[in-house]
Amino acid sequence: MTTLTAPAPTGNKPVISDRSRAENRLGQKLIAPAIVLMLLVTAFPMLRAIYLSVFDYSLTAPDDREFVGLSNYLTALTDPLFWQTTGITVLYMVVTVAVELVIGFIFAMVMHRVIFARGVIRTSILIPYGIVTVVSGFAWQFAFTSTNGFVNGWLPGISADFNWFGETNSAVIAIMVSEIWKTTPFMSLLLLAGLAQISEDMLEAAQVDGATWWQRLWKVIIPNMRAAIMVAVLFRALDAYRIFDNIFVMTNGAQKTESISFLTYRQTIEQFQLGMGSALSVLLFLSVLLVAFLIVRLFRVDLAAARQEG
Amino acid sequence: MKKLGVPIGVLVILVWCLLPVVWIISLSFKSEESVTAGNPGFLPSDGTNAGWDNYNKVLTDDLYDFFPRAIINSIGISLIATTLSVIVATLAAYAIARLEFKGKKLVLTMSLAIAMFPVVSLIGPLFDMWRTFGIYDTWLGLIIPYMSFTLPLAIWTLSAFFREIPWEMEQAAQVDGATSWQAFRKVIVPLAAPGVFTAAILTFFFAWNDFVFGISLTSTESARPIPASLAFFVGADPFNRPASLLAAAAVISTIPIIIIVLLFQRKIVAGLTSGAVKG
Repeated sequence: MTTLTAPAPTGNKPVISDRSRAENRLGQKLIAPAIVLMLLVTAFPMLRAIYLSVFDYSLTAPDDREFVGLSNYLTALTDPLFWQTTGITVLYMVVTVAVELVIGFIFAMVMHRVIFARGVIRTSILIPYGIVTVVSGFAWQFAFTSTNGFVNGWLPGISADFNWFGETNSAVIAIMVSEIWKTTPFMSLLLLAGLAQISEDMLEAAQVDGATWWQRLWKVIIPNMRAAIMVAVLFRALDAYRIFDNIFVMTNGAQKTESISFLTYRQTIEQFQLGMGSALSVLLFLSVLLVAFLIVRLFRVDLAAARQEG
Repeated sequence: MKKLGVPIGVLVILVWCLLPVVWIISLSFKSEESVTAGNPGFLPSDGTNAGWDNYNKVLTDDLYDFFPRAIINSIGISLIATTLSVIVATLAAYAIARLEFKGKKLVLTMSLAIAMFPVVSLIGPLFDMWRTFGIYDTWLGLIIPYMSFTLPLAIWTLSAFFREIPWEMEQAAQVDGATSWQAFRKVIVPLAAPGVFTAAILTFFFAWNDFVFGISLTSTESARPIPASLAFFVGADPFNRPASLLAAAAVISTIPIIIIVLLFQRKIVAGLTSGAVKG
């Protein structure tokens, strides 16, 4: 079989030179370690999660492992808690990304126009980006508490002993504030890169033709940085959908602030329900895929730009 | 109005970025007793400035002896993971930027997929696997996932930098008789060093920031990194976290970030933007 088919390609295609064959081999050798590492920690455990998800398997009683088919999935999908956490996760994602897009865009415009103190601005905007998310969570949690914080004292119309973490809405707002503070710089830097690509000539031409500032913004600037906006939204949305650290630190899931990532963590690590936890892991993975797919479809994101192909 | 817009914007950015940082520093100077009793307000109220007491306590008190250990863990794990990840990513990015080979699309697609992967969905199986392999609650058990999850960012950043390198120099070296490998090592590596350095900073930030793996794949202080250790600060009242001590620990964990940002802000911005949006 092989002896019959092997010579065929050389007959039809140009002969592959030794050099390009060596290049092919070197290229594959150079990427091999990266591929192996990425698969070891993602694909392999994911397959294992799929396998474990069809068992009733608790680490507290590992010998009682029992094959239960899809019943873990059924339990999860029929439990209102699953849908409630999914709903709140989508809420976190939509609100934080929308707010960050607006604030990030304003920041990017300022940074693009500013001619003084560029180093100072760059430095300060990188501090929230670099700071540990858990630290941001603590800083904001303490800021919102009535015992030691300052938010109640600064906000008009809020009584001094208002407990932000006593009910869902205000607790969700506090979590979102921390998330937005920490990740807006990333958004604004991506948007700044997009702004830098817009030619000044085009803006001047629009101005000469009598376009107002508002018209220039909507007809020239935003359409021309569409790729940058879409990439920033895609990255941040998927990041926000995985929100975990801030919830862990600020409410520990209390007051129905729990996200889908947090629910999965709680089932697996705190309650040792590896079977159920794995089913939730698979559902989490699938929902991230779905969100990515929807964003790419909805906004027709040019993935080649994100991957800097070509 | 138009002239004032930019300066006001700059002021807003500075306040936005720095206010919470100043706040956590201010909180770290409120005395422990006053915080337990309740000490609202942005700055420590009169007579409640504790000086360096909170810092002393988190660094030397036996009750919090897991914190100095966590600093060592975080520094060690982050540096090792960064070094290894950048080496592996440099090889891959060189291949992507320079060579024609089968599987190039696969690496790029895979990096993109992993950058978006929900890490929490992995901790269950990893928890199980790491215990089987005997690397649960060890440095290695955290270094491996940190490497895997920083590779996409490092590969993007590096391949973007590598595209800008004047590759004629490599060909010149090859004309002079160097092999592909020699040309890579002797000519390109020194030219690529700034890009590699930027990728290293971004990778370090990721490892330093990680909480999910840190809290799930460790059980004792032997490998627990700083972000995870912050969740273990308990004061006299178990339902009331020792805010000022936590603030001091948080400030300590932020010092390396601030130093790196102050020294390399230009490089970090270049790296972040080149990796995500093609210029």
